[in-house]
Amino acid sequence: MTDIIRLSAADLAAKLAAGEVSSVEATRAHLDRIAAVDGEVHAFLHVNDRAVAVAEDIDRRRAAGEALGELAGVPLAIKDVLVTTDMPSTSGSKILEGYMSPFDATVVARSRAAGLVPLGKTNMDEFAMGSSTEHSAYGPTHNPWDLDRIPGGSGGGSAAAVAAFEAPLALGSDTGGSIRQPAHVTGTVGVKPTYGGVSRFGAIALASSLDQVGPVTRTVLDSGLLHDVIGGHDHRDSTSLTDAWPSFAAAAREGASGDVLKGLKVGVIRELPDSGFQPGVAASFRAALDLMQAHGAEIVEISAPHFEYGVAAYYLILPAEASSNLAKFDSVRFGMRVETSGGTVEDVMAATRDAGFGDEVKRRIILGTYALSAGYYDAYYGSAQKVRTLIQQDFASAFSQVDVIATPSAPTTAFRIGERIDDPLQMYLNDVTTIPANLAGVPGISIPSGLAADDGLPVGIQFLAPAREDARLYRVGAALEAALVDSWGGPLLDRAPALGPVAEPVEAQGPGGAR
Amino acid sequence: MSEITPDLVRHLGVLARIQLSDDEVTRLTGQLDVIVDNIAKVSQVATPDVVATSHPIPLSNVYRPDEVGETLTREQALQNAPDAADGRFRVSAILGEEQ
Repeated sequence: MTDIIRLSAADLAAKLAAGEVSSVEATRAHLDRIAAVDGEVHAFLHVNDRAVAVAEDIDRRRAAGEALGELAGVPLAIKDVLVTTDMPSTSGSKILEGYMSPFDATVVARSRAAGLVPLGKTNMDEFAMGSSTEHSAYGPTHNPWDLDRIPGGSGGGSAAAVAAFEAPLALGSDTGGSIRQPAHVTGTVGVKPTYGGVSRFGAIALASSLDQVGPVTRTVLDSGLLHDVIGGHDHRDSTSLTDAWPSFAAAAREGASGDVLKGLKVGVIRELPDSGFQPGVAASFRAALDLMQAHGAEIVEISAPHFEYGVAAYYLILPAEASSNLAKFDSVRFGMRVETSGGTVEDVMAATRDAGFGDEVKRRIILGTYALSAGYYDAYYGSAQKVRTLIQQDFASAFSQVDVIATPSAPTTAFRIGERIDDPLQMYLNDVTTIPANLAGVPGISIPSGLAADDGLPVGIQFLAPAREDARLYRVGAALEAALVDSWGGPLLDRAPALGPVAEPVEAQGPGGAR
Repeated sequence: MSEITPDLVRHLGVLARIQLSDDEVTRLTGQLDVIVDNIAKVSQVATPDVVATSHPIPLSNVYRPDEVGETLTREQALQNAPDAADGRFRVSAILGEEQ
């Protein structure tokens, strides 16, 4: 039988529905995989000790003839930014160590209701601030393609979990690229939905005008299936859109089988020239565009003159909003408290926040406090909000000419752990391609485009669509994915090195056949 | 050059309720100086005629009926409290001696 952990969620779901595999078997297989490889990957902060019991319940209900959702019985990894009643939720921070939420995030509640089996909570940069998962208070996650390298961030744990076959599906959050950039460096798929398309209730807020929850998977269809489960209006999130959304899984299936690329207009941004990217990243991007062109797509150069101000605007808006959102960690109602001798509650608060927050969090809170302080507000925060308008206008102008915009998902492949940790500005510039979507609220997807010729590491291609047109990304992403996998002769992750103390035996292969 | 000084960083730490050590103040001063120099370029294009955007998707406020819904119990609200007594959060003195 095919190895359960290597199945896509869609294929696993089909086997579960057909009774070929039980949810208990699938869940145990993933827990065994976690036990075997997570010592070196460190994708998980917590593994759910009730996962098998949840799976048993699904199997029982299926046996009793209950109508279950398509993904019922499929295991799911959950980014630690999303609160859960049965597992601790820390958002990667010491200040929330051991925190047990009295309620589930809406996306978690919807996943449970759909029969998904929570496997555990995944590692992340503290409060989702970072592009490498090195800012986690609980130690870094390692990239399954090369354990000395970063898995991206902030959602490096979720991306590494699906790339290392520790989970078929994961939930992530994307404030400036935290789903898409980890997908890029781990050879996986990640989607940032339209702002308001997925509830943030129970997502520990970083920057409320930018945050969005979305799926992290190995295939475009799997992202669509998970998006269908978690998306839609939630009255508990005041920014939640009331739109009736189409099925994103249906869009992905249509894209994979249809003729979606024929006549599709794909915009390439003049202000993001190849010279701004690692040569292997630019080459992989161009090869993907050539393949789309061969399938009938038209590549159109467009201009987005204000994108170059995106990073600057983002690193004013995000710290400003974060400094406000993180004020709730005050040592009074939840989280850590550092006792001082004889101090006031304010002294206790200040000592707690110094001890409980990591360097990057303090850096951004101080920067945000500066940007919002009297005398600077108009020059910094006010100007950054105007840049948002200009970037939205760039998108509007571009989408009057093209159906989707394509960019490489990030400037470089996975860098080495520790390489950029002392240079925050260099770290911030990682986000140049992903940030504009968050500033404008439009949806984005990253899918693997191949391996960089210069270092053999994964590269992602990002597609952006107008707000509310998430389905278009699934159609186009699935169409290119199908063409690429066809050209490779199998999924990109088949080429990732083996993990674990003993490489798994590969049957029916000659010498040197083990991956 | 921006005007980030150690005194300013220390003051921002007070405003943000983070008791920064001297080492942290020194390190943050250098880092913030570089960052602020880079991000200050937003003002180059933020001319008076450009309207500011606070939220990416326009939303209008919606009222709902004022109905009693589910709320946390007192036990749930206090379950993560560092210290609690008599069904309330307990903290150290709110006012210092000079107040």
